[in-house]
Amino acid sequence: MSLHVPSMGWRPVQGVPCLRPMSAGIGSSNQNVTHNSSLYKKPFEESFEETPLLVAVLTYMGYGILTIFGYLRDFLRHWSIEKCQVAREKEEQKDFVPLYQDFENFYTRNLYMRIRDNWNRPICSVPGAKMDLVESVSHDFNWTFEHTGRVVKDVINMGSYNYLGFAENNGACADAAIEATEKYGVGVASSRCEMGNLDIHEELERLVARFLGVESSMAFGMGFATNSMNIPALTGKGCLILSDELNHASLVLGARLAGSTIRVFKHNNMQSLEKLLRDAIAHGQPRTHRPWKKILIVVEGIYSMEGSIVRLPEVVALKKRYKAYLYLDEAHSIGALGPNGRGVVDYFGLDPKDVDIMMGTFTKSFGAAGGYIGGKKELIDYLRCHSHSALYAISMSPPVAQQIISSMKSIMGEDGTTLGADRLRQLSENTTYFRRKLREMGFIIYGNDDSPVVPMMLYMPAKIGAFGREMLKRNIGTVVVGFPATPIIESRARFCVSAAHTREMLDTALEATDEVGDLLQLKYSRREQPLPSLGWMAEESLLQD
Amino acid sequence: MTSQFKIATFYLYRMRQSWTTYLKELLEIVHYFYFAPAYHLILEGILILWIIRLLFSKTYKLHETYKLTEKEKEDLIEEWQPDPLVPPVSKDHPSLSYDVVTGHKITINGKECINFASFNFLGLLDNERVKQKALASLKKYGVGTCGPRGFYGTFDVHLELESRLAKFMKTEEAIIYSYGFATIASAIPAYSKRGDIIFVDEAACFSIQKGLQASRSFIKYFKHNDMEDLERMLKEQELEDQKNPRKARVTRKFIVVEGLYINTADICPLPELVTLKYKYKVRIFLEESMSFGVLGEHGRGVTEHFGVNIDDIDLISANMENAVASIGGFCCGRSFVIDHQRLSGQGYCFSASLPPMLAAAAIEALNIMEEDPEIFTVLRGKCKHVHKALQGIPGLKLVGVQSAPALHLQLERSSGSRDSDMQLLRTIVEYCLERRVALTLARYLEKEERFLPSPSIRVVVTVEQTEEDVHNAVSCIQEAASAVLK
Repeated sequence: MSLHVPSMGWRPVQGVPCLRPMSAGIGSSNQNVTHNSSLYKKPFEESFEETPLLVAVLTYMGYGILTIFGYLRDFLRHWSIEKCQVAREKEEQKDFVPLYQDFENFYTRNLYMRIRDNWNRPICSVPGAKMDLVESVSHDFNWTFEHTGRVVKDVINMGSYNYLGFAENNGACADAAIEATEKYGVGVASSRCEMGNLDIHEELERLVARFLGVESSMAFGMGFATNSMNIPALTGKGCLILSDELNHASLVLGARLAGSTIRVFKHNNMQSLEKLLRDAIAHGQPRTHRPWKKILIVVEGIYSMEGSIVRLPEVVALKKRYKAYLYLDEAHSIGALGPNGRGVVDYFGLDPKDVDIMMGTFTKSFGAAGGYIGGKKELIDYLRCHSHSALYAISMSPPVAQQIISSMKSIMGEDGTTLGADRLRQLSENTTYFRRKLREMGFIIYGNDDSPVVPMMLYMPAKIGAFGREMLKRNIGTVVVGFPATPIIESRARFCVSAAHTREMLDTALEATDEVGDLLQLKYSRREQPLPSLGWMAEESLLQD
Repeated sequence: MTSQFKIATFYLYRMRQSWTTYLKELLEIVHYFYFAPAYHLILEGILILWIIRLLFSKTYKLHETYKLTEKEKEDLIEEWQPDPLVPPVSKDHPSLSYDVVTGHKITINGKECINFASFNFLGLLDNERVKQKALASLKKYGVGTCGPRGFYGTFDVHLELESRLAKFMKTEEAIIYSYGFATIASAIPAYSKRGDIIFVDEAACFSIQKGLQASRSFIKYFKHNDMEDLERMLKEQELEDQKNPRKARVTRKFIVVEGLYINTADICPLPELVTLKYKYKVRIFLEESMSFGVLGEHGRGVTEHFGVNIDDIDLISANMENAVASIGGFCCGRSFVIDHQRLSGQGYCFSASLPPMLAAAAIEALNIMEEDPEIFTVLRGKCKHVHKALQGIPGLKLVGVQSAPALHLQLERSSGSRDSDMQLLRTIVEYCLERRVALTLARYLEKEERFLPSPSIRVVVTVEQTEEDVHNAVSCIQEAASAVLK
């Protein structure tokens, strides 16, 4: 058999192997390199600008100071000088083995608690382009929150994964969901294999298969569980799972429950993946040296914390060459990428048949809940009898299923309108615009130019809280994330662009970001600003330097 | 006296001797070496070298066998043939021929049936009030939440449901999950880690088993509802702990049980468990998916059924998919325990939150349960009635206690193989389906269950079934049994 991809034949790693700054962040490469451009139909632009050294040092110092103060506060709490607000174990159980080790909650107590108000902000409206927040205040430094009873109206929502704007309480989708509720009720009270198989589920599955361009599909009630309950059905002992280091917790859990060997490759790094594949096949299983039964590569479409897009053409080439199977989690990319909204396969213009297991969720672009798996008929038939979810979990709520059917039909243009197509175009325009503007302002923006997930680097722990609060003051809801969701120094804010955002909303958000960016000195980028007219060409020339 | 012996005595005595004698002895040794025969010295020299060689050489050479040339690797890669992704499934596998069920008057393949299969204990699936509340919520919030709880996925409805559940259960705090299966499966690994010990009942349901697996703790299975067996294990562990008190100080211990077992339809002896808990200092996690909204005067589950103080149970988890007839699950207990899941419960942190309309439906279901606790008395009556009526069907054995709303009918005598048993039971189910009684086989993943329950027909009692329905169903099953099981 000849090599499918001669350019990818094995050779020692040369050139710029490091595709993204590792947790140390310093001194790694500046730009992702398209090293197999022949596989791509359009330029694959992804950047992870290096952390400036000074910023890195200051960030570590910040955590150092927080830790010292944390110990000090713990000391004061221990001697009851400071009031301890942590819930205590009840008296009768004080002599039990402690439920938590002391250090386990150190981070929560001393770091997270200070900026806790940035998360779990309750909302009381549709999570659409604008949302209403329940105003809550804390009188005890975030230990408890009190709702004032007032509502913060019309906050621009840059946090929800509402990529196509299908989170709506009126319109065709909502009407259909209302009808479904009236017909079926909300619950099912049985599993798919027992008495919970409704015709609406079968309709949904046929539609999903058609949408994805695969033979068959199966829908599940929860996106997280779609991963964690189905990977164990596909692999087991004697199998190898090759997993991207930044894969979502559900994939990691699924792989762990499967009982297979798990090896991790560097994020989106094809050399790392190929090396693992070659070594795995050549050496077989550890200790027994039997050949692996099968190898499953697990990747995501869009990585939600990085905004990067998987190098799918290369992964597919590798998988074909090494006869591995490919599990693609399109939680964020389905509906959000590709000219037809069919995810990352559509985006790269590949054949869905090249991906063995197409997984995705309905939570994001479809404004519903749950997940699916699509693929060959044999695969789905097997899952119907062996998926944990099919036998033990209650099937999907009918109105949720209906919401997916309606929104998916709209994306496919089967509702007889161009609404879906308009949304897809709008999302892509909004993404390009928003990313370009932020970059021009001098922020460090991670990820692929086409990804609607836009991570903006904050780095320092104090700025996590400050950014979230300052933005909310300006009526913009953003998500801020820090350790442990990101490497310790790479705290960031994350914007999720939606098709529902109007240009005015984006401009308001950008203006506020600009203002807060100046206030908090967040404009870290040292990159020469590309001239707007040159677009990606300018970045290409940066590469050649 | 030979020189060797002298050397040996030198080493033995060396420590006792003073510094000067030590020097003197050393000189003496040199002296002996000097006069020792040459062959002797050579032999000893060789022996010493041999020992050094043995010490520093490996028994086999790893590198020589491991290093493959690129060519060899290439050949191996060409040669390797993976297993198919999934083994083929035979066409007649029961899961593939799904019944199509429409609506809740249960229309199966176009035939309207009485539902004896869905866990719709309180009949809330089709409740108009629940539907209206869900619709109102849908009109306000839309369907999906488009985010996890942390990132703008917390709705006021979620907070309301959590405080309502806590109030209903009379606990400090409750936390909701968006999927019933993920609730206990996420809760267990949030507390129990590698090295901890979990004592668990053999009949524990599949989601508990998955939670145990995810926790990577030591799992010890005790015989179903056998408190003596559990105490024996706890005692063993206590002895073990005494041997290694340092390890015991950091090894958390848990007992995981179900309130009402889905697989065996019987109730755990909770008061005894609580005694054991304090005696051996083990925490109790209780999974109440089957008993929540069923047992107890107010439907609070097995704690109320036994009158056990709910604070003695460290964590209670249940789904809102059976009695509550919505979707999702919850955990409740003391804030000290529950709050930890908000950052450590994987299914809570990393999953999109529960659609608000489903939370609203659950709130309305709680309202109904609180307003009219009579409903539980009705359910108990029906359970008792069905339990009595199903006794003594020839060839079938009823498994479960009187107060259980989901019973199992097993074959009295197995035909020898699991497959043919299943086939027999399936024939009974189909016979009843023909006569408009919807039953189902209890389905399990046969290869994955830790202790696979015997094949059975599930019979679910709901408050909606009339005496006539029950009578019909029982006579149907009786006829079928006498026709099939000769």
